[in-house]
Amino acid sequence: MPNTGLDAAQLRAEMPLFTGSNWDYGSLRRVYEAIERIAFDELGLDIYPVQIEVITSEQMLDAYASVGLPLMYRHWSFGKRFAYHETLYRKGLQGLAYEIVINSNPCICYIMEENSMTMQTLVLAHAAFGHNHFFKNNYLFRQWTDAGGILDYLSFARDYVSKCEEKFGFEAVERILDAAHALKEHGVNRYAHRSRPNLAEERQRAESRNAYEEATFNDLWRTVPNAGKEAGDLDDTEKEDEEASRKLGLPEENLLYFIEKRAPRLADWQRELIRIVRNVSQYFYPQKQLQMMNEGCATFVHYEIMNRLHDKGLVTEGSMLEFLHSHSSVVFQPGFDDPRFSGLNPYALGFAMMSDIQRICEKPTGEDREFFPDIAGCGDPFGVLRDAWANYRDESFILQYLSPAVIRKFRLFQIADDASKPSLRVDAIHDELGYRRIRSALSKQYDLSRREPDVQVVDVDLTGDRCLVLAHYVHDGVLLDEKTCRSVLRYASALWGYGVKLHEIEAASDKTLKTYEAAAEGK
Amino acid sequence: MNIVDRRPNPKGKSLSNRQRFLGRARVEVKSAVQEALRKRKVADIGHGEKVAIPTRGISEPIFHHNRRTGKTDHVVPGNKEYIRGDEIPRPQGGEGRGGSEGSPDGSGDDSFEFTLSKEEFLDMFFEDLELPDLIKKSLKDTVAVDLQRAGYAVTGNPSNLSIPRTLRNSMGRRIALHRPKLSEIAALRQALEEALAAGQDDEVARLTRELERLERRSKIIPYIDPIDVRYRRFDRVPRPNTEAVMFCLMDVSGSMTEAMKDLAKRFFMLLHVFLIRRYRHVDVVFIRHTSTAEEVDEETFFYSRETGGTVVSTALEKMLEIARARYPTDRWNIYGAQASDGDNYGADSGRCVALLGGDVLPLCQYFAYVEVGDGMGGSLTGLSRDSDLWRAYSEVAPAHAHFAMRRVGDPAQIFSVFHELFAKGGVRA
Repeated sequence: MPNTGLDAAQLRAEMPLFTGSNWDYGSLRRVYEAIERIAFDELGLDIYPVQIEVITSEQMLDAYASVGLPLMYRHWSFGKRFAYHETLYRKGLQGLAYEIVINSNPCICYIMEENSMTMQTLVLAHAAFGHNHFFKNNYLFRQWTDAGGILDYLSFARDYVSKCEEKFGFEAVERILDAAHALKEHGVNRYAHRSRPNLAEERQRAESRNAYEEATFNDLWRTVPNAGKEAGDLDDTEKEDEEASRKLGLPEENLLYFIEKRAPRLADWQRELIRIVRNVSQYFYPQKQLQMMNEGCATFVHYEIMNRLHDKGLVTEGSMLEFLHSHSSVVFQPGFDDPRFSGLNPYALGFAMMSDIQRICEKPTGEDREFFPDIAGCGDPFGVLRDAWANYRDESFILQYLSPAVIRKFRLFQIADDASKPSLRVDAIHDELGYRRIRSALSKQYDLSRREPDVQVVDVDLTGDRCLVLAHYVHDGVLLDEKTCRSVLRYASALWGYGVKLHEIEAASDKTLKTYEAAAEGK
Repeated sequence: MNIVDRRPNPKGKSLSNRQRFLGRARVEVKSAVQEALRKRKVADIGHGEKVAIPTRGISEPIFHHNRRTGKTDHVVPGNKEYIRGDEIPRPQGGEGRGGSEGSPDGSGDDSFEFTLSKEEFLDMFFEDLELPDLIKKSLKDTVAVDLQRAGYAVTGNPSNLSIPRTLRNSMGRRIALHRPKLSEIAALRQALEEALAAGQDDEVARLTRELERLERRSKIIPYIDPIDVRYRRFDRVPRPNTEAVMFCLMDVSGSMTEAMKDLAKRFFMLLHVFLIRRYRHVDVVFIRHTSTAEEVDEETFFYSRETGGTVVSTALEKMLEIARARYPTDRWNIYGAQASDGDNYGADSGRCVALLGGDVLPLCQYFAYVEVGDGMGGSLTGLSRDSDLWRAYSEVAPAHAHFAMRRVGDPAQIFSVFHELFAKGGVRA
């Protein structure tokens, strides 16, 4: 069979883009262009312009420390993070990421100088195309993150903080930042604010309501006992309370926003510092809800692109093996009883789900047709995926697309953990009865509003000691951790300037289960 | 697409954050440093150290759910044997409960481990210590001066002539006064010769005049004029003595056990590290003595064994001899450290006192006497009899503020004793 080898070579008409492991700017550019063609023409991706920045491992550690952003205001907690990662890295316990990508316009990808050319190819496909497409198209990023302005804002924040340090001293600034950091998870808007109604609209609405009331007036209602009592008949103090709450905009779940706007004793620069922490926190809010999809999207895209590059003969067999080795360790999912287990690997789950969508679109089984009648066999996997990447977040994506095949592949099972019982119970496994239960339970596990405690500002004692009253709405009896709760409240009262109370209220019954109190400092 | 090479960017972007962090954790780090010092070998003292500090001062609390309350569902992978309705005993310590990944910054841990650099480590350790009498009293009379550049002068020593500066001035002047260039004159000469050859008389006359004018001009405008000349100027600044010599005196007679020598060594090493942080250059002289004293190298000093009696004064004499011969006090800061078990030949103690008070102490910046015990803490209790040397030195101590004496019983005390000796505004024995 002397001809087979020749045929294979003829199939691969093009020369590999690079050989060997060293990278240079020329091959980076060639690879980028080749990937770009595949991404635009074959996968239909839509990305921000890309800026690739080559950095050293030390600079990578720097970037780790400032939570992945290229610049950040100064605070000791970033120094702590740096020391932590540096120790792990020097001990060899932790490798460094091959890249960091920043959701900005242009999209900045940091790539490490130590990477081999194969890794750089992988990184470009992963970050510059996968993440980048996701950043540009997902609805949460579009709604919440101003990719064009983030770098400018951070540089403003850094300068502002250092100016404050010069003017008011390190300690004063640090006190505010420490306290604001303690509340940063509760410094985000979860819903877009209602736009303030203008006078004309208000009047129009009142008129139409009057018109409706006149049109539907029926004198008989007057004779019904207790009619119209609920709203109208609150006594005066209750009315006043309600009025005050309304004016303060209570209840408010964005604690930092409330403190920034309403805390009685903060100076303007202190409010601005709180605002900076709040804005940075808000910038990260979508990322927390999209981690699995974001990584899944990037992993799926790099896998697809690398395979297509290989099919076209643009990368060598050796590179492909190196890539597969790295890829398979990225999507490795240890079982729950494995010492390496630390929760579900977002890369693994995201990649598996997206590959499975591709399979369902192309080669559906009967089961898929039953579970996903609208996409099974539709033949356009990238259309479906692009739609999913644009319009879902982790929680809804799982609820919509977690297929029985993936549940079986991961051998997922659901355990009910009731603190009042001595043992855990297995509620569902990968069988007919379990698929839907596991799907909805896993989706809840990714729901940020369940993962993070639901804490809101409910009241301020305006007439008394100006105490700020927070409420933690308890779901399924899960209380706050006592120790951290007390320290967070101390920080909150440092910002508020007066005492802070927190009630743990059972959401279902409105019963107060527990109360914490932090007195204002120095009183 | 744009590729930017960020590698040449300045390093250490996190440095100020790191300093802030260390400042924040100062108290914890300091006690961890001392703890680490207690355990490590003295020879390693100059290296960085991994320290673990409790998270107390550096925790970043946020609202957390308490995982031990209420009802939660977990979905975890890797089911091998379970079917619906199985009961699993609750794992200890939250292992395998899934869904509850640790916080990324490790704030869940009880202690936080990271590595201090060598400088940070020594800074922490020596933070509240200072060298007594750092500046020599005799400094005012000394001639130790440094030359420091101080611009240029119009007068000076020929060896300080600054050629670049002089030629720069010369060139400026030549250009301003239109001194003809050599090339211009050469070109004119050639033109003249050509004109001569061609026999153009008018042209020859004009060129000759022109040539004369240029040559006269280049004579009256000199290439280098005295006003161009510049000299490098130096200021003489008095410089504090930056050289120190440390005399290590040790009794190596049979009564000194290995443990005692080890203690002494630890003390010498600490003093050495401390001195090199303050002085640009530190010499160390090792003098060992039995009934006679000799200068030896470090290896011999610590590790060779000797037998014989003990006459301490010989060591002091040796020290004086070396100091006078090699380390004049106007250039050198002299530090002495003596370690001994306190034994001395009975009649010698008086001589020691005389030598120390009369000759050695006036020479020294600081002199420390460390009496090493056998680790049983016998002499530390104060119950046992003071040693000969201790009693003798006690006479000298009150009169000299820069003389200190301490007793050390076991390695753990070395650091506290050292600390005591050099504490700011310290205690003197």
